[in-house]
Amino acid sequence: MSADRYQALANSALGGAVVKRLGLPAPPRLDRHEPGMPVVTGPVVFGEARGGRLREAVHEVMRSIGARLVDAKTAGDGDDRPAALVFDATGIDSTQRLRALYDFFHPTIASLKRNGRVVVLTTPAIEADSVGAATAQRAIEGFARSVAKEIGRYGSTAQLVEVAAGGEGAMESTLRFLLSARSAYVDGQAIHIQAADSVTVPEDWERPLAGRSAAVTGAARGIGEAIAETLAGQGAEVLCIDVPPAGEALAEVANRIGGTSLALDITDAGAPQRLADHIGERGGRIDVFVHNAGITRDRTIARMPPEGWDGVLEVNLSAQERINGALLEGELLGDDGRIASVSSVSGIAGNRGQTNYATSKAGVIGMVRALAPVLRERRVTVNAVAPGFIETKMTEAMPVGTREAGRRMNSLIQGGQPVDVAETIAWLVSPASGGVNGNVVRVCGQQLLGA
Amino acid sequence: MSPDALNDAAVLGGNRIPFARRDREYAHASNQDMFTAALDGLVARFGLQGERLGEVAAGGVLKRSRDFNLTRECVLGSALAADTPAYDVQQACGTSLETTIHVANKIRLGQIESGIAGGFDTTSDAPIELNDDLRELLLDLNRTRSTTGRLALLGRLRPGQVVPAIPRNEEPRTGLSMGEHQAISTKRWGLTREEQDEIAVESHRRLAAAYDRGFFDDLVTPFLGLERDGNLRPDSSMEQLAKLKPVYGEGSDASMTAGNSTPLTDGAAAVLLSSDDWAEAHDLPVLAHFVDAETGAVDYVHGESGLLEAPLYAVPRMLERNRLTLQDFDFYEIHEAFASQVAMTLKAWQDPAFCKDKLGLNEPLGEIDREKLNVNGSSLAAGHPFGATGARIVATLAKLLAERGSGRGLISICAAGGMGVAAIMERRG
Ligand SMILES: NC(=O)c1ccc[n+]([C@@H]2O[C@H](COP(=O)([O-])OP(=O)(O)OC[C@H]3O[C@@H](n4cnc5c(N)ncnc54)[C@H](O)[C@@H]3O)[C@@H](O)[C@H]2O)c1
Repeated sequence: MSADRYQALANSALGGAVVKRLGLPAPPRLDRHEPGMPVVTGPVVFGEARGGRLREAVHEVMRSIGARLVDAKTAGDGDDRPAALVFDATGIDSTQRLRALYDFFHPTIASLKRNGRVVVLTTPAIEADSVGAATAQRAIEGFARSVAKEIGRYGSTAQLVEVAAGGEGAMESTLRFLLSARSAYVDGQAIHIQAADSVTVPEDWERPLAGRSAAVTGAARGIGEAIAETLAGQGAEVLCIDVPPAGEALAEVANRIGGTSLALDITDAGAPQRLADHIGERGGRIDVFVHNAGITRDRTIARMPPEGWDGVLEVNLSAQERINGALLEGELLGDDGRIASVSSVSGIAGNRGQTNYATSKAGVIGMVRALAPVLRERRVTVNAVAPGFIETKMTEAMPVGTREAGRRMNSLIQGGQPVDVAETIAWLVSPASGGVNGNVVRVCGQQLLGA
Repeated sequence: MSPDALNDAAVLGGNRIPFARRDREYAHASNQDMFTAALDGLVARFGLQGERLGEVAAGGVLKRSRDFNLTRECVLGSALAADTPAYDVQQACGTSLETTIHVANKIRLGQIESGIAGGFDTTSDAPIELNDDLRELLLDLNRTRSTTGRLALLGRLRPGQVVPAIPRNEEPRTGLSMGEHQAISTKRWGLTREEQDEIAVESHRRLAAAYDRGFFDDLVTPFLGLERDGNLRPDSSMEQLAKLKPVYGEGSDASMTAGNSTPLTDGAAAVLLSSDDWAEAHDLPVLAHFVDAETGAVDYVHGESGLLEAPLYAVPRMLERNRLTLQDFDFYEIHEAFASQVAMTLKAWQDPAFCKDKLGLNEPLGEIDREKLNVNGSSLAAGHPFGATGARIVATLAKLLAERGSGRGLISICAAGGMGVAAIMERRG
């Protein structure tokens, strides 16, 4: 659904009533990336707590993206207001020194433009030198998530990026994503960057996937279609997969994006083999595999028929495991291979009537976490996105009340678009994202449900 | 040029839309809609968007006069590059095997590197011709300048002239429909109701099983909500078929029914062919090679041959040229225009008298292992949009050969006008 239509709905009588009852302001207009748009649309204010280790790395990224860095004191007004606030908090080694956050953000936050970005950089608590430092570093997460809730009404977002020792040089793809309009609906997240020996720098950051092949399941419509389109737009040659009955729409998507179509039910016993054969015959490798296909069969556990349980677990989880097995066993993932799975906020928070779905989606998270360290040795990464309320046919079919509530219950006071999930996936599977592994990134506008 | 100096023509795959019974799902789809969909599905499977192919050759039997360049129009409306040339061919039920031969031959000669062969037909959105009286009157009207002259002509208009001439599937020279013709052959060859119904039941059973095992997942793309061939009756049985009344032939031994004859059908199909080099350069596996073909005809008007007997002659000529016997094949695809045509073909090739007198052979061609015949069903179950059947069969056979890993397949298609088209495909181990 277009943003305009969304806005119209938001102002409808019922929508308005929900907004009022929840005491929420009207939803802000979220900017989305368009070709040729700069990463940031205004100056960036950089701040740091003394003793931080990321100043150099951040400056290098800012030079690369052509951002104008300004000092907190010299940040202008009007059009020259900062588009982003970036704070290196790695130097905070005690709870007393958390005050540095207050000192930086208290005077600057009000100057942030609409659709602004806040990024706070930390060190993983586990790598901290002392208990006090670990405590302080972990405390920052609460700060970042709360800032997100305060600025969401302006369409602005805040994230925390944990940079492991050795990950300093691997931050660029992540900072580009988080600072840009591509991350419009990603909010209040904590992202981990691991040590990475070498990171592939794309020749053209608008097309980081040029020369890469990618497969997307469930590509005939909805979020999968958007993922296929976005990956193709960033240069990938995309293999679009969906069930045979969806073949007509699938062919249409493949032809529109210059990809190929493969009619395949991922739950078929022979599916992993057919997929492996297909990839083997057509070029021999795949660089990116996106597990997006998913279904819901909502019923409370007491009323759920067994096939409702089995079907959801098969499509959403078991089929992915088998396909991953075939990809890895057949060594079909190319150098710098990438796997990304679509989980769900329901998998994090749980949801009434979704014991099956939430189990499958939490399982995806488990799979990603368990696989990540194993795949790291092969220079392959695996990550998940967990969408919240995304405007698709699936959510269009929800009862109006639930749908309106679902849309509003987040910091950005609106549902996300399929492209928001797609952009997040594109960042995760970029060859430049070698440092991003084992992450579960929510695309939910910081939904109030869940962690 | 000796055959050794020729390139190989490879079949890389195919795509068709499910076939629909007349006036059902595709009642309002035109030939152009259907063939464009078949082309676009093929383009999507093989990533041919914006690709300039050597040519697209296709055709259909029931076409409107304004559709003179229909295949080219479909190419222009498809995802293929607009500088891909195209042309229309019409050879009745043999149309898209004939277009496959054209494309394969050009590839073999090195004139083109790649091409699509296909066909289509709609019996629902069929052209309707004016009846001849009305047509002549309207043409006169167009030639007449004066108002009074025109009024005079219009005064000649009679209700009977407004009844349109709906195309019938009948032979212009005999006035008999194809079924009526085949009923004569059925009687002459003494073909029983049981053997015909068995062929029909088996066709449905095998086509359904092939769908169930996903055989058609990469050969068929749903269209307008139809996912499988609309004519398919997986639970068809001898008992059910036995209840049907004969529709062709007369007398107590009339045996051809709606159940063992193909229904009027709408659909479209396409096959991708190329040289081996082109396939390799595009990272596309070769399913099978198109080896040889023979088109034949019989004099069903003056002679004693039946209308659908041409393949009986064309196949042995082709076998002889290739120094093969009828038993040298792993798959036989004999188009089921009528179950009786298949039964007749098998019987004739085993008949010493026919083989000697008509084919000039000392020995009969012999028997065909039924387990190798139409293994995934054929036209009785799938339906038979005249122009599309050849391409359906070529794609099916190519995939069967690829699945088997190696082997040889024979295609035999009977066609209106007393014609028949046959071909040999092969997959080398
Ligand atoms: N829409 C949301 O708000 C939302 C929220 C959280 C998570 N998700 C997840 O995002 C993913 C996409 O959701 P969507 O909203 O686009 O749904 P959708 O129903 O519009 O699309 C899902 C696609 O997957 C395909 N698919 C289903 N089973 C398949 C199988 N066995 N093999 C191959 N393909 C199969 C379907 O045919 C369909 O085209 C799902 O995993 C879903 O759980 C969606």
